[in-house]
Amino acid sequence: MIRRAAKWILAALFILMLGAGLFAPYGYEAQSRQEIASPPSRTHWLGTDALGRDRYSRLLYGGRVSILLAPAASIVSVLLALIMGVGAALAGGAAQRAATTVIDLALSLPWLFLLLAVRATLPLNLPPICSIAVTFALLGLLGWPGPARVLLAAARRQLGSDYILFARASGAASWPLAARHLAPNLAPVVLAQFWTTTPAYLLAEANLSLLGLGVSEPLPSWGNLLRELQNITALPHQPWVAVPLLLLIAALSCCQLAQPPREFSI
Amino acid sequence: MIRFVCLLLVLVLRSGLAQWGGELRLNVRSEPRTLHPALADDDASEMIRYLTGGVLVRVNRITQQAEPSLASSWRVLDGGRAIRFQLREKLQFSDGTPFTSDDVVYTIETIMNPDLHSPVGDSFRMGGRVQATADGPLSVVVRFPEPLAGGPALFDQVAIMSRKAPAKEAAVLGPFYIAGRKAGAWVRLERNLKYWKVYAGRRLPYLDAIQLDIQPSRDAEFLRFRRGELHMLPALEPEQFDELSKTGAGLVRDAGSTLANEFLWFNMAPAAPLPAYKKAWFASKNFRRAVSSAIRREDLCTVVFRGHAVPAVGPFPPVNRFWFNSKLKAPSFDLDAARRFLAQDGFSASGGVLRDCDNHPVEFSVVSNAGNKSRERMAAMIQQDLAAIGIRLNIVTLDFPSLLDRISKSQQYESCLLGLNNVDLDPDGQMNFWLSSSAQHCWNPRQTTPATPWEAEIDRLMREQAGQPDARRRKALFDRVQEIVWDQTPVIYLVNRNALVAVAPGLRNVQPAVLDPRLVWNIDQIHFALQK
Repeated sequence: MIRRAAKWILAALFILMLGAGLFAPYGYEAQSRQEIASPPSRTHWLGTDALGRDRYSRLLYGGRVSILLAPAASIVSVLLALIMGVGAALAGGAAQRAATTVIDLALSLPWLFLLLAVRATLPLNLPPICSIAVTFALLGLLGWPGPARVLLAAARRQLGSDYILFARASGAASWPLAARHLAPNLAPVVLAQFWTTTPAYLLAEANLSLLGLGVSEPLPSWGNLLRELQNITALPHQPWVAVPLLLLIAALSCCQLAQPPREFSI
Repeated sequence: MIRFVCLLLVLVLRSGLAQWGGELRLNVRSEPRTLHPALADDDASEMIRYLTGGVLVRVNRITQQAEPSLASSWRVLDGGRAIRFQLREKLQFSDGTPFTSDDVVYTIETIMNPDLHSPVGDSFRMGGRVQATADGPLSVVVRFPEPLAGGPALFDQVAIMSRKAPAKEAAVLGPFYIAGRKAGAWVRLERNLKYWKVYAGRRLPYLDAIQLDIQPSRDAEFLRFRRGELHMLPALEPEQFDELSKTGAGLVRDAGSTLANEFLWFNMAPAAPLPAYKKAWFASKNFRRAVSSAIRREDLCTVVFRGHAVPAVGPFPPVNRFWFNSKLKAPSFDLDAARRFLAQDGFSASGGVLRDCDNHPVEFSVVSNAGNKSRERMAAMIQQDLAAIGIRLNIVTLDFPSLLDRISKSQQYESCLLGLNNVDLDPDGQMNFWLSSSAQHCWNPRQTTPATPWEAEIDRLMREQAGQPDARRRKALFDRVQEIVWDQTPVIYLVNRNALVAVAPGLRNVQPAVLDPRLVWNIDQIHFALQK
């Protein structure tokens, strides 16, 4: 029952966000300069921001950017991590040690400077949506080492288990073994990595906005809407500013609930 | 006699009410790049120089007049080509080394040393050598190759260093000395026990120490003030000001318009890697004036700055009472005028898109520094304003080093939205900005010969006023500079923001000023309220 409700909520959210053009009463960039930072009203359900833009409309449009791009970046990271982790675990020996070293090295590198360098080379007249797509693509490409370490450890544990030894003894080759036996048992770990990296990328986008690498004006994203929460002392006077955060938590919770329960067989 | 007794009584009462001692906690937004007083050129270094350095002449930030400090008096000689300073007697540096005229000579030699590249020395460089000569232990004559237009007030930034002190630059004559420092975290200043000012028989300053914490985030700084961990905020955001006004967590004050300008300019450097048609737009006076006319400056003031700003007119706001050209008014919002200017250059709009005479759609980017909410909001508003005349503006925020690299070296930008924090009331302080040969001539730096007749005219006027001892004549020359800038619009001045400050309730004698350092300019007078 709860899972079904979660699915409906998620579906409704996706429809609202993807159909922002239909459901939003105003354009995300439309400024009403006589109504700056106004509280919720009939005309502006979630009030207006510091430039008089309708918060509800920007929430919907921002969700469209974030809901599509953050999970996409997360999928890229987890896929790369899966290839690296499982490949290294299957290869074993020197290859595995080399992979572990590469992962540790990648984790220790200051990728922020690479992101800054990339932003410096992007054309200035790039449309905001392309700029943010490049940002999420970079996040996806650079975010694999953390999940890779987890997946490598999980794959090694699985490969040492009895059922794998039995399959190997029965003559199963490495890749079919990985596809038929290892992958289903790694799925919960892979999903967990996906669910943890998605919100991390949403917040990373908000932080990167401070460096000029995130979403640029006037395009909204949940990340830059969350930036308004930096001034936490203003929150008691304007609780509606926290709606993007609540919605984000709700969406992620619903995603978790919507998953069928799985048991780890480790 | 009665008057004398009353005066004595007042002095005794005042000294009794002041709390001696205590630690003032302030915040600086960045690590000081240097602690050498002659090399200070960033806000944090300048703040430390102000709090520790002793100067011959100090500009009162309220009256904007030069007042005696280490020099008890001075006389301008040879029509402004020399100044004789009479020094106070029996003064000592913080390490006990006596202060003499030889230290002034040493300081002038140091700041004029071409190998040192002292930013303070730049104010005095005018094509010749500045020389200081000791005329006895307590008198010094400083000679200039040309009349010094800024007068003695320029010495407000020259912190005197000792030639003989073993501690070198660390020996100071100001109210505090640098007692400790942790890179990236804090700088601690402690009371200079040899400071020369005395009040009611006791040596100032009142405070024992100043802790300067380094915290770049404005939000974190604000939170710390609200928690009582900081005593002053010298530059509040308008929302923070409104919030503090409501909650009463401290004394907030709008000290009025500052000398700080927010402005936009186009890249007019011929070597810039831009398409030729865009260079032609930016070089056109009509295009620049059209953009200026399409911007609603009043809205920028009310929306972005919540009414704590005024539309900017030119290089100086009206608060600079002497130098502001009162004949000029801020460019008014006028879409018809904007369209007229554009039509004169062959621009035409169709389907909401402005196109030039070769049918290129008018689209350009504006770069600004990331993390500055006010500028990001101004850019978003200008974007909407320009859309009304069919111009598409792309906003790009960059980290500050990348931004500086683009505007000062690679020239890879189209337009830029930034601010200039004038610290000097005198136009000589803006010499670097206006001379076409200067690296800070933002729209087209380092010109070998002026690219346009009006830039040549500005060069001539600025040089002429700098060598002119007569203040009224200088004013007339600089008025003309302001008129040319208003007409040619190489820089689109947007707003002058107000000085919004907050002070903890327990502090006394804080007099907010619009000139830097806004809240601590009279640091030796500031004290805590007497504790019960």
